[in-house]
Amino acid sequence: MATHAAIVRPTIKTKSRLGGDELAKAFTFLFAALIIALTLLVVWQLWLGSTPTREKFGFTFLTSQLWNPVTDEFGALPFIYGTVLTSLLALLISVPLGVGAAIYLSELALPKLSNSLTFLVELLAAVPSVIFGLLAIFTLVPLMRDYVQPGLKQAFGFSPLFTGPAFGVGYLTAGIILAVMTFPFIISVSREALMAVPREQREAALALGATKWESTWQIVVPFARLGIMGSVFLGLARALGETMAVTMVIGNDPKIHASLISPGYTIAAVVANEFTEASGQMHASALVELGLVLFALTMVINGLAQVMIVLTTGKGSAKA
Amino acid sequence: MKTIHFTGFLALTALCAASASAQSLTAAGATFPAPIYQKWFGEFKTKTGVQVNYQDIGSGAGIKQLTEGTVDFGASDVPMTDEQLSKLKVKALHFPSVLGAVVMTYNIPGVTGSLTFTPEAIAGIYLGTITKWNDPKIAGANAGVKLPANDIVVVHRSDGSGTSFVFTDYLSKVSPDWKSKVGAAAAVSWPVGLGGKGSDGVAGTVKQTPNSIGYVELLFAVNNKMSFGNVKNASGEVITPSVASVTEAAAAMKEMPADFRVSITNSPGKKAYPISTFTYLLIPSQIQDAAKRKAITDFLTWMLKDGQKEAAGLSYAPLPKAVADKELKQIATIK
Repeated sequence: MATHAAIVRPTIKTKSRLGGDELAKAFTFLFAALIIALTLLVVWQLWLGSTPTREKFGFTFLTSQLWNPVTDEFGALPFIYGTVLTSLLALLISVPLGVGAAIYLSELALPKLSNSLTFLVELLAAVPSVIFGLLAIFTLVPLMRDYVQPGLKQAFGFSPLFTGPAFGVGYLTAGIILAVMTFPFIISVSREALMAVPREQREAALALGATKWESTWQIVVPFARLGIMGSVFLGLARALGETMAVTMVIGNDPKIHASLISPGYTIAAVVANEFTEASGQMHASALVELGLVLFALTMVINGLAQVMIVLTTGKGSAKA
Repeated sequence: MKTIHFTGFLALTALCAASASAQSLTAAGATFPAPIYQKWFGEFKTKTGVQVNYQDIGSGAGIKQLTEGTVDFGASDVPMTDEQLSKLKVKALHFPSVLGAVVMTYNIPGVTGSLTFTPEAIAGIYLGTITKWNDPKIAGANAGVKLPANDIVVVHRSDGSGTSFVFTDYLSKVSPDWKSKVGAAAAVSWPVGLGGKGSDGVAGTVKQTPNSIGYVELLFAVNNKMSFGNVKNASGEVITPSVASVTEAAAAMKEMPADFRVSITNSPGKKAYPISTFTYLLIPSQIQDAAKRKAITDFLTWMLKDGQKEAAGLSYAPLPKAVADKELKQIATIK
C-alpha cells in the first residue's frame, strides 16, 4: 500500500484526497443538518399539536394557574414554577457536591482510588431514572416525612418556605433526588475538565510557593471553569427534563406553593401522567403546549448559560 | 411489558407465515382489564388459532387508536362520549366485558379491620371539608372504632385513568357540591391531596403515609392484600366490595340502554356495591374483512359464554346473565 502510494503522481494524490475531503464534508454536513432538521421538526409538531390551546388562551396560558381538564381551562404557571424550582434546588445541592468531588478525584486522590471511584460515579450516571424514583419512594420519602421536614418546620417554621404538613413528598424531595441524579454528570465532566488543565499551570503555581490547595483552588479550578460550567448546564438539562423520578416524589399537585415541603408538579411529570388518558382535544393540546413551553424554557436557560460563559471568559486567565 | 409485546409480535409474524388461514388481530386500550384480556386472548388462541395482540395503553389512547383506524378494536373503562363517537368513520358498538370496582383503601395506625364510609364522608374527605379522622361524619358510621384526631392525608391518581373517572362519577352522583365544584372525568382538578402515578403509586403512598386514604381498583387491592373499606350504598346498606356485590350493581340497573353506555355507580340495588363500573370492548359495527369479522364475533360469543366463568378467578366481576344475553344479540348487528 505504502509503496503503491509512493509511485502515484502528486497531482492525482492531491485530487483524490480532495475528493475524500469533500465527501467527508458532505456527509458530516448531512449529519449536522439532520440534527437541526430534527429539532425543527419537533418544534413544528409541538406548534401544530398545540394549536387549539394556543388560539384559545394565547399568552395567558403561561400566566394562568388553573389546570382543570373537566372545564377545559389550562394554565402552565404551576408547572413552570415547579420545574424551575426543583431544578434550582437540585443544582444548589449537586454543584458544590459534584465540583468538590471532581476536585478531589482529579487533584487530590491517589490515581488508583480516583479511577475506581470515577468508574462507580459513571455507573451511577447509567442507572435508569425509575430506579432512582423507587429508591426515593422507599428511603428518601419516609426519611423526609419523619425527620427532615418536621425538623425544618421546627427550625425555620417562621418563614413561609417551611410550612404545611409533612407529607414526605414535595419540591424539596424532588430537588434532592434530582441532585442525586445530576451529580454523576457534574462529577465526571468536571473531572475531565480539571484533568485537562496543563501540568505546567500547576508546576508554575507550586514553583511560586503556592500550597497544593492554593494551586488547585486559585489556578487549576479557574482554568477549568468553562468545562465545569458545561457540566453544570448538562446537569441542569437533565434536571429540567427528568420525568419518572420526579413524578414519583413530587406529589403531583398542580398548584403553586411557597413552601418547599409542599407537593408540586413539573412540566415533564404532568405530560407523562396525563397524556395517555387525555381524550379531550383541548386537554391533549394543552399537554403538547406544555411540551413546547419546556422546549422554550430549556432554550432560554441554555442561552443564558452561553451569555454567562461569554461574560466570564472575557476576564481572567481561563481562556483555554 | 415490552418484551412480552415483542415476543407476541414475533409469534404473530411466525403464525402469519405458517398458515394463511390463521388470523391476527390488534387491539388497544384500557389497562385495568388487561390481565383478564390477556388470559382470554391466550385461551382463544389455543382454541381457534386466532392471535389477538392487545396493548394496554390506556382507555383514552385506545379510543384515539380506534378513531385513527390503527387497531381492529379498542377497549375503554369509560363509555365513549357522543363527541368521540361522531369522529369515528365506522360506528363502534360497546360490549361490556367484565365489571370492576373502586375501593377505599387507608392506613390509620392503630385501626385494624374494615371501616365503613358513607357517601358524605368520602365526598367530604376528597373535597377537603372533612380533615380529621375522628370527624363525626366518619366516626358516626364506625361505632366502636377508635379513630385518631389526626389530619387525613388524601391520595388520588395523578395520571388520567378510568379508575378516577368511576370514582369522580360516583362522587358527582352522591354530592352536589362535588358535581358543581369538580365534576367527573379521567383527570380532574383535585381540591386536596397528593397525586400518585398509577394504582401502584396510590397504593405505595397510602401504605407509606400514616393517616392516609386513597382509592384503587378492587382487583389491585385484593392482589396486594390491602385493607379496604365498606361503603354505604344508595339504599342505605353497608356493602363490602366483592365480586358478587359488584355484579349486583349491574344486575340492579332497571333499564339497560340499547348501546350499553351507562354508568352503574350508585346503583339502586340493595346488595349493590356503589362504586362499580363496566369495562368495554369497542367493536366497529362494520368489518370489511370477512375472516376478521368472524374472528371477532367468535371471540365475543366465547367471551360472553365461557370467558365469563374465568372472571371471578382474577377478581373481576362477571356480567349479569341478562346483560350478557343482550350483548349476544348485539353481536348479530356486526356487518
